[in-house]
Amino acid sequence: MAKGGEVKLIGGWPSPFVMRPRIALNLKGLEYEFLEEKFGAKSELLLRSNPVHKKIPVLLHADRPVCESLVIVQYIDEAWPSSGPSILPSDPYDRATARFWAAYIDEKWFPSMSGIARAQGEEAKKAAIDQVVEGLSLLEDAFGKISKGKPFFGGDTIGFLDIALGCFLGWVRVTERTQGLKLLDQAKVPGLAKWAERFCADSAVKGVMPETEKLAEFAKLIMAKFRAPPPQ
Amino acid sequence: MADEVILQDFWSSMFGMRCRIALAEKGVKYEYKEEDLRKKSDLLLQMNPIHKKIPVLVHNGKPVCESLIILQYIDETWPDKCSLLPSDPYQRAQARFWADYFYKKFSDLGRKICTTKGEEQEVAKKELIDSLKLLEGELGDKPFFGGEKLGLVDLAIVPFYTYFLAYETCGNFSIEVECPNFIAWTKRCLEIESVSKSLADPQKVYGFVLHLKKANGIE
Repeated sequence: MAKGGEVKLIGGWPSPFVMRPRIALNLKGLEYEFLEEKFGAKSELLLRSNPVHKKIPVLLHADRPVCESLVIVQYIDEAWPSSGPSILPSDPYDRATARFWAAYIDEKWFPSMSGIARAQGEEAKKAAIDQVVEGLSLLEDAFGKISKGKPFFGGDTIGFLDIALGCFLGWVRVTERTQGLKLLDQAKVPGLAKWAERFCADSAVKGVMPETEKLAEFAKLIMAKFRAPPPQ
Repeated sequence: MADEVILQDFWSSMFGMRCRIALAEKGVKYEYKEEDLRKKSDLLLQMNPIHKKIPVLVHNGKPVCESLIILQYIDETWPDKCSLLPSDPYQRAQARFWADYFYKKFSDLGRKICTTKGEEQEVAKKELIDSLKLLEGELGDKPFFGGEKLGLVDLAIVPFYTYFLAYETCGNFSIEVECPNFIAWTKRCLEIESVSKSLADPQKVYGFVLHLKKANGIE
């Protein structure tokens, strides 16, 4: 049992946002109950715990809800400061840098990623892909500056920014497969390509990163739903 | 060695105002640099190459971008005075949640109220009022979102007030009638010097909104 009360996480296995707190809890060596939401139907508990956004993930710590994936990750870091490594860096400037790139990933980069599948027509698709590739190039640069030769953005161990970006690697692989692309190209983004392998192999990540095959099947399901004509 | 602190900003930016309040609360001396947003300076493009936006806080030559990130940076760098976040992790998470909510909800609403008409404008007005009522609920009986004193959420939201005159005039409605507790909270904030001297004049802001509408050919 986690110190300070029972920990539960409301989520779904395919969601990269849900993966974030799961990795953080694993890093801290904390046990928790995973309450899997059924796809397409929101539970009473979810609606009660996150009435504002009605979205997963939601962390319940001694029945008190914490919502928004990166808010949850910071909460986990602060509520269990002496368990496992620190997730956020200690220096205020490094913290600001990590938060900046996490915000960039959520507000610019990930939307451009989901833009690839949603793009209508070859031209739009190419534009969406170019945006993602440009973003990866910026992140490659950031990785070089922030990691300073160490294996992760967080240094020797996985940190906030590793979690913020790494959670999308499953979806990156699905996109590469379905679109016939190489996004994490060793030639173009060597730092990130190697980092991705290390991240996925880490013990805090292995058990919660979905298999590409399973995720690709799930992607087909939601694309079918997305493309389905609206009900009459 | 003395700290060199520069804030690259624009007078009517709600996001810039947040940073001005934080620096004033902390008693940090800084140089205010007004940017011409139609012709961005080399310094801005150098300090924020990714987004090319203000505000940017430059501390001893190192840039910090994105207003909520700047607020947390200011709070962590100058921790001795006027903490913006409580010490309890759960309360901190709640504050971060509500600052994030405000950012997600309100980014586009104001623009829609000022630049659209008819159904689209009515929908935006309703969303604004509903969201302000939700915030009123979160505030409850507390004088400030931060409790007895200003906190991260107060700083994140109060600059938005400078645009209310513009919204109310363009949208022909009264926010005070719909959300009296919210307006009472803004008045309490305005009694604090670091807030009142950091916020732009709502009349000037309204004039600026009209100017932008005209320049963009919006009625």
